[in-house]
Amino acid sequence: MTNILNGGDSVTQSLGKLYRSLGYSRYKMSKFEEYDTYASNKDFLISDRVITFTDVSGKLLAMKPDVTISIIKNTDDDLGKIHKMYYKENVYRVSPASHGFKEIMQMGLECIGAVDTYSLCEVIILAAKSLNEISSNFCLDISHMGFVSAVLSEAGFNSSEKANVLCAIGEKNLPLLNSICEEKSLSTNIKNAIFALINIYGSIETVTPKLQKLCINEEAKKALEELESLCDAIKCTNLSGKVQIDFSVVNDMNYYNGLVFRGYIEGIPTGVLSGGQYDKLMAKMGKKSKAVGFALYLDLLERLDTGKKEYDADVVIAYNSQTKPSKVFSEAQKQIEAGKTVLCLKNIPEDIRYITKIDFTKGDAENENC
Amino acid sequence: MKTVNIALPKGRLGEKVYKILENAGFACPDMKENDRRLIFESAHGEVRYFWVKPSDVAIYVERGAADIGIAGKDILLEYSPDVYELLDLGIGVCRMAVAAKTDFRDNIEKTLRVATKFPNIASAYYEKKGRDIDIIKLNGSIELAPILDLSDVIVDIVETGTTLKENDLAPFETVVPISARLISNKASFKFKNNEITKVIKALEEK
Repeated sequence: MTNILNGGDSVTQSLGKLYRSLGYSRYKMSKFEEYDTYASNKDFLISDRVITFTDVSGKLLAMKPDVTISIIKNTDDDLGKIHKMYYKENVYRVSPASHGFKEIMQMGLECIGAVDTYSLCEVIILAAKSLNEISSNFCLDISHMGFVSAVLSEAGFNSSEKANVLCAIGEKNLPLLNSICEEKSLSTNIKNAIFALINIYGSIETVTPKLQKLCINEEAKKALEELESLCDAIKCTNLSGKVQIDFSVVNDMNYYNGLVFRGYIEGIPTGVLSGGQYDKLMAKMGKKSKAVGFALYLDLLERLDTGKKEYDADVVIAYNSQTKPSKVFSEAQKQIEAGKTVLCLKNIPEDIRYITKIDFTKGDAENENC
Repeated sequence: MKTVNIALPKGRLGEKVYKILENAGFACPDMKENDRRLIFESAHGEVRYFWVKPSDVAIYVERGAADIGIAGKDILLEYSPDVYELLDLGIGVCRMAVAAKTDFRDNIEKTLRVATKFPNIASAYYEKKGRDIDIIKLNGSIELAPILDLSDVIVDIVETGTTLKENDLAPFETVVPISARLISNKASFKFKNNEITKVIKALEEK
């Protein structure tokens, strides 16, 4: 846990190793990107506010608020190939809590090109394993926008009604959904299917049998088949107990078309992982390829470490201008080899907390326990 | 078993909800003693209640300090927190309305001055209507604004309309109906699902 506190270094290392083990290569990018890249896809960004500035050439640049869009832009559009990449980058976004820009460490992976059901399985399993690297107390909710969209188009909602319905599903807000459906006077069959999007959630085992009844059209059937084969693949891992089907994971229908998922870790109030298949974003950016990916918000992980830092260091070594530096350092070395953390100081501030103090200021070392 | 943290809004609404939960077996006798404590836990640790300012309930729940909470729809619309909205409790029913002096007539040639505690709700409402407005955010005594000609209209919660009437004001349009909702933190809903579901059942069956 302490590693998480220290910027999550060990977590990012083991995640990198995990992604590399399945052939994902590291993607690196610059801090800046042309503003135009984001302007046309603002809705895809978590917050639409971007830090912009003018380059010496007069071009409007942005501090990257997102990595996915840049990766899409710079990856060749070849349906015969598949590109597997992961990244660890800082992004710049407005934090709703502080109403100011924040630098957020984000790690994630993207799989672009000839994405097939296997690739989807690989990505969803990597998402579960990523969460497991952070804490075994996690929960991965998966949903399928193709299924949700099939149900909603069967009901004949127009785009603004669809947005309202999606909002209700995302909030698990049955009263709102009820009032929308009542206005529309829908058949019981369709109404049941829509309500099921809120009412049905839970482990793969309990939910999959119930979904069969909801195949109200071909599109829905196709989506469910895909969801089932994903669930099947997850069952091969020992993490399937922590994966749930929950349609309240709704991402923007203008960008996401298939599998969508969100990961939670006990002790962190908001989701730490978010992802899905975003072929529609690819199409908007003029690409034919398919794509799936996810991002992990590492800045949230420091909330996991509830331990208080009791001591600034195990050992404090005090010295003065007469003490030989070599003497101080060799003592420090000795303590480090014994597994202690050491702080060597000339003047020891009053508010510093330590277990042992070694004092060289009076000639030979004197030990004193605090 | 995990303890469910419940944020109750100070005031009549919170007391009403507590009574329902008390009858459903989530009692916490200490709550009745009028002391200055802020947190109360039930005898077997099923639930822990705390009283917070009504407009803060959504923040406690969104940030996970409370697993569930009771908040008015007005607060949810104003702050749009990222939470699950699980139940309409059907209590605390009122409406958000546009009110003005009884002789008010809207002059569309002028920017409409709107005084309110709910700037987001008011802006969204007038944007939908395509009406240009000037928002004046106040924190209380909204009814004063049109009387002193600080604003043309107010957007505020109307329960019985008595306060409006006594000040020679009248409601003109309903913006949105309001009632109390049960909200849940999204992560808590995953990790304390059984415990939270029990509390929801109790409130549903009231």
